[in-house]
Amino acid sequence: MKRWILTALLLATPAAANNPPATATIFAAASLSDVFREAGRQVTKRAGYTYRFHFAGSQQLAAQLEQGAPADIFAAADDRWMSYANEHNLIDGTAHNFARNRLVVITPVSNPGRVDKLEDLARSGVKVLMGTEGVPAGRYARQALSNLSKGTDFGRRVLSNVVSQEDNVKSIVTKVQLGEADAGFVYVTDVSPSMRGRVRAIAIPESSNVIADYPIALAHGAANPEAAKAFMDYLLSTDGQALLARYGFLSAGNATP
Amino acid sequence: MIRGAVQVAMVVAIAVLVLLLGLPLLALLVRVPSGSLLSRLSDPVIQEALRLSLFTSLVSTLIVVLLGTPVAYLLATRTFPGKPILETVIDLPMVLPPTVAGLALLLAFGRAGLAGRALSALGITIPFTTAAVVVAQVFMSVPFFLTSARAGFAGVPRSLTDAAATLRASESYAFFRVVLPLSMPALVAGASMSCARALGEFGATITFAGNLPGITQTMPLAVYVAFQTDLEASIVLSVILMLLSFLLLVGLRATPAGLAGRRPTAPRLVSTISR
Repeated sequence: MKRWILTALLLATPAAANNPPATATIFAAASLSDVFREAGRQVTKRAGYTYRFHFAGSQQLAAQLEQGAPADIFAAADDRWMSYANEHNLIDGTAHNFARNRLVVITPVSNPGRVDKLEDLARSGVKVLMGTEGVPAGRYARQALSNLSKGTDFGRRVLSNVVSQEDNVKSIVTKVQLGEADAGFVYVTDVSPSMRGRVRAIAIPESSNVIADYPIALAHGAANPEAAKAFMDYLLSTDGQALLARYGFLSAGNATP
Repeated sequence: MIRGAVQVAMVVAIAVLVLLLGLPLLALLVRVPSGSLLSRLSDPVIQEALRLSLFTSLVSTLIVVLLGTPVAYLLATRTFPGKPILETVIDLPMVLPPTVAGLALLLAFGRAGLAGRALSALGITIPFTTAAVVVAQVFMSVPFFLTSARAGFAGVPRSLTDAAATLRASESYAFFRVVLPLSMPALVAGASMSCARALGEFGATITFAGNLPGITQTMPLAVYVAFQTDLEASIVLSVILMLLSFLLLVGLRATPAGLAGRRPTAPRLVSTISR
């Protein structure tokens, strides 16, 4: 009887059947969700490894890693949470910057708040969404605002129009797309081809914009380091960089090893 | 032999459940940095979240009781076509993932939502306001009150209402003088459960109402935001929230209505049914 149960269990466990390709778990910033899924498909095609993704705000991922969540890769949307992970022994080896991003202001296509230029964000009654101070996109947005203010009270007035501090950038995109908010601070890459018909983008001038660095590292105690390394190598390769560019990311520049 | 097996099963089940439910609470308590509970309580952000949480959950409980009592009475005493469908719709929030509820609320009462457009035309916008927090809490907590209140009303012996009717008491007179007093323990239990659920509401709130300190950032949201940046603050906040919920549930058992359940008269019957 016992042996019978054991056999049944073994049969039911897919891993026991034949050696399947190793699956690596990737913890990545929410803004990377589209491009990482595609990168995963590419690496699977080339090397046979498969990937499981967990996308959330970088700060949340760091907190989860700290609590022992099993991961093979950690990719953050800013240096701050990667340094945090490094200081808390959550990563192995060094982190590499593999892409850069910029901020943009989006409005619903219907534009209920009549936000056509950045100055309109300061008009009283405009409903603005922004990340919390903990989420990188929220921190960058505050930096960009202070750059844009140049001694005026512009930033303060925009901040007083913030109706919600969202915990990840994708929920800002969703709520703006639904027309519930008049404008939101997101990454350029969030205005993906599928989003272009649903939201409008207002560029932030280069001089005031903030460049977000995306670092990636092997998670401490990775169960599938080979699969993880294959993914990281792909991102840093010419093909990987071209894919990132297609999704609107800037090249990591001289930060690549 | 069988009796022994039952006893063993009960002991094992209790041990497992106590471990599962009690250990996480204990883990929170032992991680509280000494002396920081009171100092954190004076933090304006926490005070704001605490005040907002208490205010919204009291308001939502009031709404739940006012709207829920007639509905529970209707469900307990009448049959009508479509009743099973109504019952299912009312129970749905209990099994619905809260974020789904939040999204549904946004699509219904959001500025661009089904009913939201009309509200918007009247100059009323709900999302990202304290009102949205209350709406989310009512949505998620009303089934808890209805379940309990309905069982309470259904548990009032028919003979008593019939007797009231033969004495020519009107239905409303009988309701207030006979049915309501007998169902009170069940109503109080339902209101407390519903209030506790509102106090802990998170998913529907952050999706529908957003997260802004002082306006929509209730205690559970403050715990979540703190968890991402300051684990210690998050633990302290969690413990405060846990103590509040604990007091609420203990208070429920100590209320006169709760005590009434111990008297060997009619209310006892009601409260047994409602449990």
